[in-house]
Amino acid sequence: MHKGEGSVDERHLDYAGAKMGMWIFLFTEILFFGGLFLLYSVYRMKYLAEFHSSAAELSVVLGTANTVILLTSSLFMALSIAFLRKGRRGLSLLFQLITIGLGLFFLVNKYFEWAEHIRQGIYPDSPVLLDMARGKIIFFSLYYVMTGLHGLHVLIGVTIIAVMAAFTRNETIGPLDFVKLENTGLYWHFVDIVWIYLFPLFYLIT
Amino acid sequence: MPAESMATPEKSYLEDGGRFRGLFSWIFTTDHKRIGILYLTSVFSFFAIGVILGLLMRLSLIEPGRFMSERTYNSLFTVHGVIQIFLFIIPGIPASFGNFFLPIHLGARDVAFPRLNIFSWWLYITGGAILILSIFLPGGAPDTGWTFYAPYSIRTTSNVSLAASGIFIVGFSSILTGLNFVTTIHRMRAPGMKWFRMPLFIWSLYATAWTQILATPVLAITLLLLILERSFGIGFFEPLKGGDPIMFEHLFWMYSHPAVYIMILPAMGVVSEIFPVFSRKNIFGYKAVAFSSLGIAFFGYLVWGHHMFTSGMSDISRVIFSLITFLVAVPSGIKVFNWIATMYKGSVRVDSPLLFCLAFIFLFSIAGLTGLIIGTLSLNLYLHGTYFIVGHFHYTMFGGAGFGFFAGLHYWFPKMFGRMFNERAAKTAWFIMFIGFNILYFSMFLLGLQGMPRRYFQYLPQFRTNHILSTIGSWILALGLLIMFGNLIRALFRGEKAPANPWGGSTLEWTLPSPPSRENFRETPVVKGGPYTFG
Repeated sequence: MHKGEGSVDERHLDYAGAKMGMWIFLFTEILFFGGLFLLYSVYRMKYLAEFHSSAAELSVVLGTANTVILLTSSLFMALSIAFLRKGRRGLSLLFQLITIGLGLFFLVNKYFEWAEHIRQGIYPDSPVLLDMARGKIIFFSLYYVMTGLHGLHVLIGVTIIAVMAAFTRNETIGPLDFVKLENTGLYWHFVDIVWIYLFPLFYLIT
Repeated sequence: MPAESMATPEKSYLEDGGRFRGLFSWIFTTDHKRIGILYLTSVFSFFAIGVILGLLMRLSLIEPGRFMSERTYNSLFTVHGVIQIFLFIIPGIPASFGNFFLPIHLGARDVAFPRLNIFSWWLYITGGAILILSIFLPGGAPDTGWTFYAPYSIRTTSNVSLAASGIFIVGFSSILTGLNFVTTIHRMRAPGMKWFRMPLFIWSLYATAWTQILATPVLAITLLLLILERSFGIGFFEPLKGGDPIMFEHLFWMYSHPAVYIMILPAMGVVSEIFPVFSRKNIFGYKAVAFSSLGIAFFGYLVWGHHMFTSGMSDISRVIFSLITFLVAVPSGIKVFNWIATMYKGSVRVDSPLLFCLAFIFLFSIAGLTGLIIGTLSLNLYLHGTYFIVGHFHYTMFGGAGFGFFAGLHYWFPKMFGRMFNERAAKTAWFIMFIGFNILYFSMFLLGLQGMPRRYFQYLPQFRTNHILSTIGSWILALGLLIMFGNLIRALFRGEKAPANPWGGSTLEWTLPSPPSRENFRETPVVKGGPYTFG
């Protein structure tokens, strides 16, 4: 939202206003994903059996690992905010870097997961997939689109945290002006929460 | 009271561009007033393109096949719709007048996030440029109709993906503007500016902003899926792959019906500002008008199904959607009656802004009443997909939102540019436009009742008379538009200097010089009463 310098007006920050803007933005994100969750529920009603059998083909181990990774990263995100507020710049920076590392780790896992499916020839519009039952086509398309869009959000999150890490280093943000990091945290937790819904809907409904 | 007592006249926002010079002082500005002007000019530039496309379409219809091919005609109605809806009406009033007057009405110096504000304009222009590009690139302009219904939108080879990504970006801009406005209204009100002391324009912007925030993401995901469908074949809307095209319609209208209220609510806000000023009387039922804005926005989410009565839906949901559609008429009716009651026993001054407002009430009432006709399930089955629908939404969107926009344009022109326009020319333009408008669109109601389907290139001989009538109307309307814009553009250069308060308005913008200074208020105003002080 607000960035450093600028005219006199922009300088005096409205903490509550900045937070409010971020919350509203997160509403829009919920609705953005909401369209996909809507499609998911409609098609799952329609193809109940096929959704369940397709879900069995996903790796619960990788899914669980990614859930743990993302939840842990959220913890470190929260810690980095707490330490920045206390003025412990170094620790805050360290925790931000750990969060970034975990986010990237999540994406690497995701890469291996996708690669495995693609090796089996299962990806949207593939000849193998089109030969399968309709419910299965839709399940895997939903899987790719929803986890893909989520993965994109993880990537954006990682990028923003990296910018925040740079800000923390050069003291653009600090104990008196931490709302940017706090908003980044809100975004990161949102990404986390989306995954908490995706995980059971795709991996655990067997 | 106008604060005219200035020893040293401050530089106006038009002269004081901040850090940059020339063009850059506009496109890199963070001043909400300059951003408002940026939007105003870009929105009307796109409007001009949309109008020309519409005129060409009408031209083709007087003798199908003579002026253009079927393919060109299909692209014309698609691009006309896309431009007028996504680039003109939706950003229209909120982004131009909203940006300019929202902070002033609240007694603030700027919006909550000034940089985000100029970023929104950049997104808007980028999206608009991509959309225009999709007309000219090989592959051809989109030919699906502005609704992009699947499965045709998946299969056509025209530039649908490009156009959809343009709209996606414009949608982002719309969301950010909404977010900015809601935060501004919550956080930036001057001391004493309680919720029920805000001008009604702000209430309507508030309702609009929430709708932009809550509905636009659904359009974004729908268009994204359409793009993914076309590039990767994900199959969500493709029956052969287990998908369902009806789901596209549902998702599309979940946004696009609330979007109708994004278009009309700000116009209602403008009109609510103008009636008290030109009647010299406080608005009748302030709270009722304020809450009816929220009511319209609320019901707006629950009626999308009425676009799909013939698409395949259970009877019970159709009945429910039809019922809720009728309920929208209640808050709309409250507004119309309150505006009329505001004029009752007032000392009415018939200047051009008021004339546009009166036209608004007349045209919007026709729009609303025909809306009840097509909201009725049984009648809808006959009228769906005919020219009756086309007539109805042009009465709403152009007769309502468009005339509301023009009303605001005349009302605020002196404040924004510090010049007066020629009142007689404005009235003449208004009269010609009003006549042209009704000839153009009323014949569409008749065509629809006769059974003429919309979007058809060719038609049976019995429809010819009304088609010709309608096209003649389009020429008259275009003439009126030319006079109106000519008059305003002339006023920019040759108009007399405008006083601070030419109409005798009582909201905060009229306490500032015309045009206002860069910082709006020298010192933050303290608000002691309601927005209308006519007694």
